Amino acid sequence: MKRRTNAVALVTALGVVGLTACGSGGGESDAEKKDVTLVTHQSFEVSRDVLKEFERESGYRVKVLRAGDAGAAVNQAVLSKGRPQGDVFFGVDNAMLSKALDEGVFAPHKTKGLHKVPDELRLDAGQNRVTPIDTGDVCVNFDRSYFRDKDIEPPSTLDDLVKPEYKDLLVVQNAATSSPGLSFLLATVGKYGEDGWQSYWKKLRSNGVAMVDGWEQAYNDRFTGSASGREKGDRPLVVSYASSPPAEVHYSEGKAPKEGPTGVAEGTCFRQIEFAGLLEGAGNTEGGKALLDFLLTEEFQEDLPLNMFVRPVHEDAELPEVFTRYGVEIDEPHNVAPERIAENRDRWVKQWTSLLK
Amino acid sequence: MDKSAQVATARSAPPDTTRPDGLPGSPERGTPRRALRRTRRDLSVRLGLMALPVAFFGLFFGYPVATIVGRGLREDGRWQLARAAEVVTSPDTVQVLWFTLWQAAASTALTLAIALPGAYVFARFDFPGKRLLRAVVTVPFVLPTVVVGSAFLGLLGRGGLLDDHFGVRLDTGVWAILLAHVFFNYAVVVRTVGGLWGQLDPRQEEAARVLGASRFAAWRRVTLPALAPAVAAGALMVFLFTFTSFGVIQILGGARYATLEVEIYRQTAQLLDLPTAAVLSLLQFAAVGGLLAVHAWTVRRREGALRLVDERHAARRPSGAGQWALLASQLVVIAVLLVGPLLVLVERSLAAPGGYGLDFYRALNAPVDAASTFVVPPLAAVGNSLSYAAVATLIAVTVGTLAAAALTHRAGPLVRGFDALLMLPLGVSAVTVGFGFLITLDEPPLDLRASWILVPLAQALVGVPFVVRTMLPVLRAVDDRLREAAAVLGASPLRAWREVDFPLVRRAMLVAAGFAFAVSLGEFGATVFIARADEPTLPVAVERLLGRAGELNYGQAMALSTILMLVCAVTLLALERVRTNRSGEF
Repeated sequence: MKRRTNAVALVTALGVVGLTACGSGGGESDAEKKDVTLVTHQSFEVSRDVLKEFERESGYRVKVLRAGDAGAAVNQAVLSKGRPQGDVFFGVDNAMLSKALDEGVFAPHKTKGLHKVPDELRLDAGQNRVTPIDTGDVCVNFDRSYFRDKDIEPPSTLDDLVKPEYKDLLVVQNAATSSPGLSFLLATVGKYGEDGWQSYWKKLRSNGVAMVDGWEQAYNDRFTGSASGREKGDRPLVVSYASSPPAEVHYSEGKAPKEGPTGVAEGTCFRQIEFAGLLEGAGNTEGGKALLDFLLTEEFQEDLPLNMFVRPVHEDAELPEVFTRYGVEIDEPHNVAPERIAENRDRWVKQWTSLLK
Repeated sequence: MDKSAQVATARSAPPDTTRPDGLPGSPERGTPRRALRRTRRDLSVRLGLMALPVAFFGLFFGYPVATIVGRGLREDGRWQLARAAEVVTSPDTVQVLWFTLWQAAASTALTLAIALPGAYVFARFDFPGKRLLRAVVTVPFVLPTVVVGSAFLGLLGRGGLLDDHFGVRLDTGVWAILLAHVFFNYAVVVRTVGGLWGQLDPRQEEAARVLGASRFAAWRRVTLPALAPAVAAGALMVFLFTFTSFGVIQILGGARYATLEVEIYRQTAQLLDLPTAAVLSLLQFAAVGGLLAVHAWTVRRREGALRLVDERHAARRPSGAGQWALLASQLVVIAVLLVGPLLVLVERSLAAPGGYGLDFYRALNAPVDAASTFVVPPLAAVGNSLSYAAVATLIAVTVGTLAAAALTHRAGPLVRGFDALLMLPLGVSAVTVGFGFLITLDEPPLDLRASWILVPLAQALVGVPFVVRTMLPVLRAVDDRLREAAAVLGASPLRAWREVDFPLVRRAMLVAAGFAFAVSLGEFGATVFIARADEPTLPVAVERLLGRAGELNYGQAMALSTILMLVCAVTLLALERVRTNRSGEF
């Protein structure tokens, strides 16, 4: 008898926990508010009060669906084109842009406030199917204390990285699976061109470049400049973001230091521009347009840096102090046009992989 | 004393119980006509039992996967066979396939070599802290690889603890991959093999020894044949997990090594090259299918009815120097290979800037100034994870138990095919399933794309094979004459199952439920591809924290991982307790 009671208790317990789960997902209580759905990647973040303010003003309720990293999220949008998961997509970058546009994922919308965005970022200015929202520069970061102790000048350009004084110091990511890894490869393609990038990487390899899978392993485990890598890391140079030094300061405890523990090699950068667009076949087109307009407001643009550690595109948006004080502005990043990336990316990555094997 | 087990052994105890191919009481016995009638009834019962599992797999596995693979192979309404042939014969594909195969074989061999003695120790020896330890060794299996991979390198990698103190170090590379596979899959062998081993009646082996067999001969001729199905099942699972290994290969292999799974992920999620992904998926399918066929064939030859007893009667304190040495050596292996990396994780979560402390844990709960949507209170993430895992377990146990019950009799190609089908989700990439969901479950009434249920459904797909694999060897070991006796006495099939099978397999069912639960808890692959509203699970929250620069993020990720680890350990430990209490009531 008792054994049955136990079984019943167990099943009931599981069921109750299960029902609690259902409860959190299916609530459709205030039906008078219309939903607008933002489809995006895992790293999307926004302050709750900023989003609430948009909901209050517009009368829409925002649902955020996150799926996978940036690449996977864009490809999911491509796969489900015409019958999208939501109304607006945020997070297609210049490496993926061409494919998304060619596939017809986005519908045109001239976002309010677009005139406040610098021309060089408006890569679809003719048709306005996508709107630039933020930029992030992928650059080599260096550990200040390492170079101070060794009394060497930290590198500042791609050419520097193959010099003997920086032998065995750099760690990069797998360009096949990691977004900063791919961007760094693109930086070298942009700088040395179709004919020169492979011989540059050969030199980099002879100079002892280390390669790991993702940003997490490179930055957290190998880079001596990160808090977690300070003791166990072995590489004072890492491919990361221009915004990593401000993040490093922002997410440390204690008083603001005079100088961040890490710095940026300004001549090694590739600019990632993130776009958003109205999804073709969206259920709530009006709401989608309102949400897109919101993404270019100063409120949202100024909220971006500390949530996603990217830079706003709106020229009036002010940067938080931690960015102006510990970050740098990259004036001339290396550049590759989206169409060229779309056409050659797979081949470049394959060639790169066989170079580094 | 376990009465039902006693009854089972007292009533059956046929002389041939442990003959390798012994199958006492097959349905064909009795007069032909009666047998025919019973076979028909059996068949309809079996078809009825299969209905739910078949519908479940058809809808949430077969349909999405077939659709996405089909889309890759057909373009503009035509089959792209030339393209497919090109992919199959390209040197890249051949190289990936070869690496996938040999590393899986090597990992499986190494895992068996290290974990089989462990299974013996857990099954036959009684020692303090055994339950806790059995729960602890299962923790690596259920933690997300991105977390554990880093902890593993923290112990064994460059600059790791062993490097500092003993100069032992494994840089990323093949050995690191193989050892990490042992680390992850140790529990699979201990639990699948140890679970059955602990219930084998040791008196049979003792009887063989009394009759003059050497210790080895007794083991080889009595225990090994009885154990073979479980060893095969365990080895199969380890092979499957390592064959389809993803996180470990990515983290420890870099760009130098790629398995089919890694390549499928890259082609699908990063490049959206569906034709290539489809061909690679089919290759993986074929390999896994072939493997399952071999497995089914060997198991059919080996299984027989076994004497099952309460584990507590089989386990005893080690005696003699040899047994103590064996126990000690296994404890060392567990300490270094399994517990070590976990402790590194705990250590890092406590290593706050100003010395050891709970700073990172406090930071998890502190209100963040930006009040971002991202910052999920960790308790909520724990709650999300537990809820999803509970629902997934419920689905997996229901579907898996029905399927296992239907598969208990091995007759018929239909059954064999179904058996193999149930295992296929383990051989299919999470990204294939996730992307398949996206393009198939998008129309009412099945527009589930944004529904919370997709997550437990995907988790249950991975959980069902565990439930079936854990329950089937035990169900099949139940003496069929007991069921026949019940039927003769007028019991309906359901009643017979409840009175005969259920009491004997309850324990296996709990083990299966525990596994399904724990797997769901740490599941990351499918969870990350399925778009959800703001309900991140623990692994997803950890991943998000790890993906940002800054000491606080890293520390909080470690603290959350530690919490995840503790939740898993406590869950597994609770199941260990339930298990023993219940068998102790009889």
